[in-house]
Amino acid sequence: MIRFVSLRLLRALVTILAVMTFAFVVLRMSGDPAEVLLGPDVPQNVIDAFRKQWGLDAPLWQQYLSYLGAIFSGDFGLSMRDRSPAIDLVMERIPATLQLTIPALLLKLGIGIPAGIYAALHRDSALDRGVIFLAILGFTIPSFVMGLVLVLIFAVTLGVLPSGGIGTWQHAILPAITISIGGIGILARFSRSAMIEVLGQPYIRTASAKGVKWRDVVRGHALPNAAVPIVTIVGFMVGSLIAGAVVVETIFSWPGIGRLLIVSVSNRDLAVVQCILLLIAAVMVVSNLVVDLLYGWLDPRLRAQPAH
Amino acid sequence: MANLVEIRDLRVAFDGVPVLHGIDLDVRPGEALGLVGESGCGKSVTWLAALGLLPSKAKVSGTVTLGETDLSGAPQAKLEKVRGGRIAMIFQDPSSALNPVLKVGRQLCEALRLHRGLTGNDARREALRLMDMVGIPDARGRFSLYPHEFSGGQCQRLMIAMALAGEPDLLIADEPTTALDATIQAQILDLLARLRAEMNMAIVFISHDLGAVAQVCERVCVMYAGRIVEQGAVGLLFERPRHPYTRGLFDAIPRLHGPRTPLVPIPGTVPDPRNLPKGCAFQPRCAHARGFCQSERPDLLAQKDGRKLACAFPLPEGSEEVEREVRREGMLQ
Ligand SMILES: Nc1ncnc2c1ncn2[C@@H]1O[C@H](COP(=O)(O)OP(=O)(O)OP(=O)(O)O)[C@@H](O)[C@H]1O
Ligand SMILES: [Mg+2]
Repeated sequence: MIRFVSLRLLRALVTILAVMTFAFVVLRMSGDPAEVLLGPDVPQNVIDAFRKQWGLDAPLWQQYLSYLGAIFSGDFGLSMRDRSPAIDLVMERIPATLQLTIPALLLKLGIGIPAGIYAALHRDSALDRGVIFLAILGFTIPSFVMGLVLVLIFAVTLGVLPSGGIGTWQHAILPAITISIGGIGILARFSRSAMIEVLGQPYIRTASAKGVKWRDVVRGHALPNAAVPIVTIVGFMVGSLIAGAVVVETIFSWPGIGRLLIVSVSNRDLAVVQCILLLIAAVMVVSNLVVDLLYGWLDPRLRAQPAH
Repeated sequence: MANLVEIRDLRVAFDGVPVLHGIDLDVRPGEALGLVGESGCGKSVTWLAALGLLPSKAKVSGTVTLGETDLSGAPQAKLEKVRGGRIAMIFQDPSSALNPVLKVGRQLCEALRLHRGLTGNDARREALRLMDMVGIPDARGRFSLYPHEFSGGQCQRLMIAMALAGEPDLLIADEPTTALDATIQAQILDLLARLRAEMNMAIVFISHDLGAVAQVCERVCVMYAGRIVEQGAVGLLFERPRHPYTRGLFDAIPRLHGPRTPLVPIPGTVPDPRNLPKGCAFQPRCAHARGFCQSERPDLLAQKDGRKLACAFPLPEGSEEVEREVRREGMLQ
C-alpha cells in the first residue's frame, strides 16, 4: 500500500513537472511579451530594458532554472501588467470559478448518473431511447452554442435571468447549466453502459437466484460494481473544476480563472499563465490520485495488485 | 410419491425464436436427476425459465408447479421466496458467479437473512458452519475475504454453501464442474452427493459429462434441440440407449470401465434454433433416419421398460451388447 501510494505520488509529481516545463517553453517560444505589453513603435532601448528587467534576456535554460528555483521556494513570480504576485491574481479568481463549476458538477452527478442508471434498468424502452438521444445531444453541442441558446431563451426572450456578469445567485444559473450539460450527457451514457455491463454479469443472476429482491439486487449487487468505472469519469470532471469553465466564463463575462487565463495568454503575462497552468495540472493530478485510491477501496481485486 | 416439481409443456422463445418446444419434466423429492445434451439444447433455459430468471425479452409459457405452488406467472414476491428457499441454483463458472466486490461472508449471510431470518452473530455462526460443511478450510479466517481470494473449486463450494443456506428441497446444479479441473471436479461431485444424502434434497444435475451424471444421478433426461428425446433410469439408458442421439452421446465419450471402444463423435452439429430441420430435429445427423423421420416428428412416448423415448426407429432393445460383441470380435481378428 505504501509502495502503491508513493509510486502514484511520484508519477503525479512528474506529470506536474512535465506540464510546467511544456508551458514554460511554449510560452517563451511563441511570442515576446515585450512587444505585446509595450505595444508597437517602442524604441529598442526600452524593449531591451524591459527584457532585462524580467530576465528575458538570459538564455532559456537559465530562465527555466531560476523559474524552477523560485517555484520550489514558493515564489510564483509577478504579473507583468501590474507587478502584483501572480499567485494572488490567480487565487482571487478561484472562488468565482468554483461558484460555477461546483454547482455544475453537482448537476452532472445528480442528473447524469441517475438518468444513466434508469436507462440501463429500462433498456430499450422509450425512456431509455430518450435518455440516449438527450445525452448525445448534450455532449455534441459545443458549450458556446449551448450558452448562446440559453441566453437567447432565458435572458433575451423570457427575460427571467441575467445574460452575463456576476452578482446575485441568479447570475450563476445559466453559466452553471451550460457547463453541466455536456458532462450530464457523458455521465448518463457512461453510467448506462457501465450498468448494462454489470447487469449482464453472472453474479447478478446468482443474486436473483438466491431470492434477493430485484431492487436490492440493483442497489446491493449491481451499483457497487458499476461505481468502479463511473468513478473514473467523475474523477476527470473533478479534475476540470478549475479549467472546465474557460469558454463559458468568456461567454457570460464571468470573472473567473478561465477569463484570467485568456486575458493573460493574449497579453503574454508569463507568470500568470504559468501559475494557472500549474494550478490546473495540480488539480487534475490530485483528482486522478484520489480516483486511484478510490478504485482500491471500491474494487478489492485492485487492492492487492502491485502498482505499475 | 407426489412429485416435487412438475413442469408441463414449458416453452421459451427469444425474440420470436422458440428454443424450448414443450418440456414435460418431473422431479421427485430427494432424487438426483441428470439433464444431458449438447450445448445449446436448452438445459439451462429450462430451469432459468422455471425460476423466472430469464430476461424479459424471453417469452415463456407452460406451467411449473412446486408442490402446491404454481410458479408460472407467479408474482415476483412469491418467486423470490422460492428462489434460494425451496429451489436453489448453482452455475457453471463459480469465479464470476460470486459478486467480486462483496465479502463472501456477507454474500452467505444475505441468503441466511432472506430465507432463515438470521442476522448478526447468528447468521455469522451459521455461515461459518455452512463453509465448514462444504469444506472451506479455516472458515473463520476466510469469512471476510473476497471471492478473488478463493480458488475456482472453493468458489463453487461457496456457491454450494450459499445454495444450502435456504435449506432448499431442490438444488439445480448447472454444469457445476465444467470450469474446474479433474480432481476438483471429483471433489465437488462427492460433496454434492454427500450433501444430497445429508440434507435429503433433490438435485437436478445438468452436465455434458456423462460419467459424472452416472456417478451422481439415478435418472437421466436427454435433451436435443429444445426437446426431451429420451428419459429413464441411469442404468437403463447407459447400458441400453435406444435413441440414436443418446447412443451417439455415449459413443463420443471415453469409457472408464468395460472394453475400450473407439470414440465416435456424432457427425454434424446442433441445428440453429431459427432453422430447425423438418420432422425429427436429429434426423440430419442420424444414421438410422428414414423417410418418415424427415416429415414427422416422433412424440415422447412411455416404453415398456419404464423409459420414455421420442424416436420412430429406435435402436433395438439390447442392441448395445450385440454391437459390442461384434466390435470386440472384429478387434480380435
Ligand atoms: N438470453 C438469451 N437470449 C437469446 N437466446 C438465448 C438466451 N439464453 C439462451 N438462449 C438460446 O437458447 C438456447 C438454449 O440455451 P441453453 O443455455 O439452455 O443451452 P444449454 O443446453 O444450457 O447449453 P450449454 O451446455 O452450452 O450450457 C440456445 O440456442 C441459446 O442460444
Ligand atoms: Mg447451459
